[in-house]
Amino acid sequence: MLILECPYCGVKAEETELAPGYEAHLKRYGPGSTDEEFEAYMFARKNPKGVHFERWRHAYGCGKWFLAARCTATLEVFGTYPAQLSAPPAEIIAKIKAKRPDWKGLK
Amino acid sequence: MKRYSVFAIAREALNYHMGWEKAWKSPEPKAEYDAIIVGAGGHGLATAYYLGKNHGLRNVAIVEKGWLGGGNTGRNTTIIRSNYLQDPSAAIYDKALQLYENLSQDLNYNVMFSPRGLLMLAQTHHEVRGYMRTVHANLLQGVQTEYIGPQRVKELVPILNIDGPRYPVLGALYQPRGGTGRHDAVAWGYARACSAMGMDIIQQCEVKGIRSEGGKVVGIETTKGYIGTKKLGMVVAGHSGQLAEMAGFRLPIEAVALQALVSEPIKPCMDVVVMANTVHGYMSQSDKGEMVIGGGTDGFNNYTQRGSFQHIEETLRALIETFPMISRLKMLRQWGGIVDMTGDRSPLISKTPLGNCFINCGWGTGGFKAIPGSGWAMAELMAKGEPGPLAEAFNMWRFKEGQFIDESVAAGVAH
Ligand SMILES: Cc1cc2nc3c(=O)[nH]c(=O)nc-3n(C[C@H](O)[C@H](O)[C@H](O)COP(=O)(O)OP(=O)(O)OC[C@H]3O[C@@H](n4cnc5c(N)ncnc54)[C@H](O)[C@@H]3O)c2cc1C
Ligand SMILES: [Zn+2]
Repeated sequence: MLILECPYCGVKAEETELAPGYEAHLKRYGPGSTDEEFEAYMFARKNPKGVHFERWRHAYGCGKWFLAARCTATLEVFGTYPAQLSAPPAEIIAKIKAKRPDWKGLK
Repeated sequence: MKRYSVFAIAREALNYHMGWEKAWKSPEPKAEYDAIIVGAGGHGLATAYYLGKNHGLRNVAIVEKGWLGGGNTGRNTTIIRSNYLQDPSAAIYDKALQLYENLSQDLNYNVMFSPRGLLMLAQTHHEVRGYMRTVHANLLQGVQTEYIGPQRVKELVPILNIDGPRYPVLGALYQPRGGTGRHDAVAWGYARACSAMGMDIIQQCEVKGIRSEGGKVVGIETTKGYIGTKKLGMVVAGHSGQLAEMAGFRLPIEAVALQALVSEPIKPCMDVVVMANTVHGYMSQSDKGEMVIGGGTDGFNNYTQRGSFQHIEETLRALIETFPMISRLKMLRQWGGIVDMTGDRSPLISKTPLGNCFINCGWGTGGFKAIPGSGWAMAELMAKGEPGPLAEAFNMWRFKEGQFIDESVAAGVAH
């Protein structure tokens, strides 16, 4: 069972209290973008086996969106951070690099 | 390859059953093949089989990182039906069902296809309307299916509680031709036939990289070394994102866990397959007597082949309300598989941005039933380099065009 700490209320919530929102840090494209950019934003996914950054919502708690760094191959959680950040915080990156030396970084 | 038959059993019995030959060979890889299929699940093996049978391409290898049939093909609840809503889906699933009907004879291998009939319960008025629409669409597509009322449902499934307090059964979409098959046997039967055609099934060989020259694939890097190929088919279900990354593109796919469980064996009590999508549970009885139960999918990316615990409770809660008599059954085993979910919940059988490299994936929670049709269509695509009528609509560019094959029945619901 997946347990993530909500960065707003500090609650350690298990997954039935949370709503998943899939890949985080997508660059949004709207009117004026090319078809390829829009398609990639809407549909193409990294879906990595390993380190992944995701959106989650504390649905049965404060109701806010937050972001999580997680390993999809082991279900290990590296940390969570507020959805306002446009990139993962340095301490989470450092933690991931320490635990996953071959990780190539967020692409 | 010696044929299996009643005479073969008699002959081998005289030899104390010491004369049976191995069902398939376990060769070392050659330096190069005309075509390589990555993934020895049902779809990969069926692709190889129809490449040989329909298109005469036999210098083919099927490369598998684990053991053949050990992915989702060996982990599913084996429901087979073809009453899908959209035309491209109905066409390929019905092709698959037709091939299933003769598959044991065709492969000379008993795949235990059991057309025992399949019910999808309507438990809300929306579902009633949705299934009526499917029946009408199926009539136009020439796919036999019918809508039946609650009394007929009760006749077919006496153990079903049709007037539950919350979700009474209002009717059902019924496909008498639907049913189940033996999942392992489908993989084994195709594997044996491929091996007999001279194809190489290379197990315990993981693909680690894809080599290309001038925008075209030339070979694969594996744990057993480099293998050259003129054409490559990637048929790896949950691991499609990884293979696509090796080939240098991204897919509209997320890999999530779907789970299933089986009960202790009991006497025969239900001779049709029942799916209850509103309460979310589906059940059939295996030949051994176990109740085979399909659970829910997780909503997050996962490669661990085990699902979240709460789905077990959710599924059993729903099924106990629907089938009160199972409330005292003990569950024997529970497991998960990594399913490949596309944006529109329909599969991809497609060319890719890399030349001579083709992909077949995105079958998600419902691809066992499609195995023969999918292999048929994928083989045609790989042999000719262009999709035939069955595969055409399932190209990966439909997302850019907005031409989704929107199977709402598949939206989050295992099928
Ligand atoms: C619990 C569960 C219940 C289901 N119930 C049903 C059902 O009732 N009816 C239905 O129609 N469908 C059902 N499905 C879906 C169905 O199982 C799948 O759609 C289908 O089996 C997919 O077959 P496949 O051949 O594409 O994939 P798989 O059988 O998963 O085969 C892919 C193979 O690729 C191999 N592979 C992966 N990466 C590599 C690599 N790098 N190198 C070499 N090999 C690699 C894997 O080891 C695997 O053997 C269910 C699935 C699950 C998990
Ligand atoms: Zn919170």
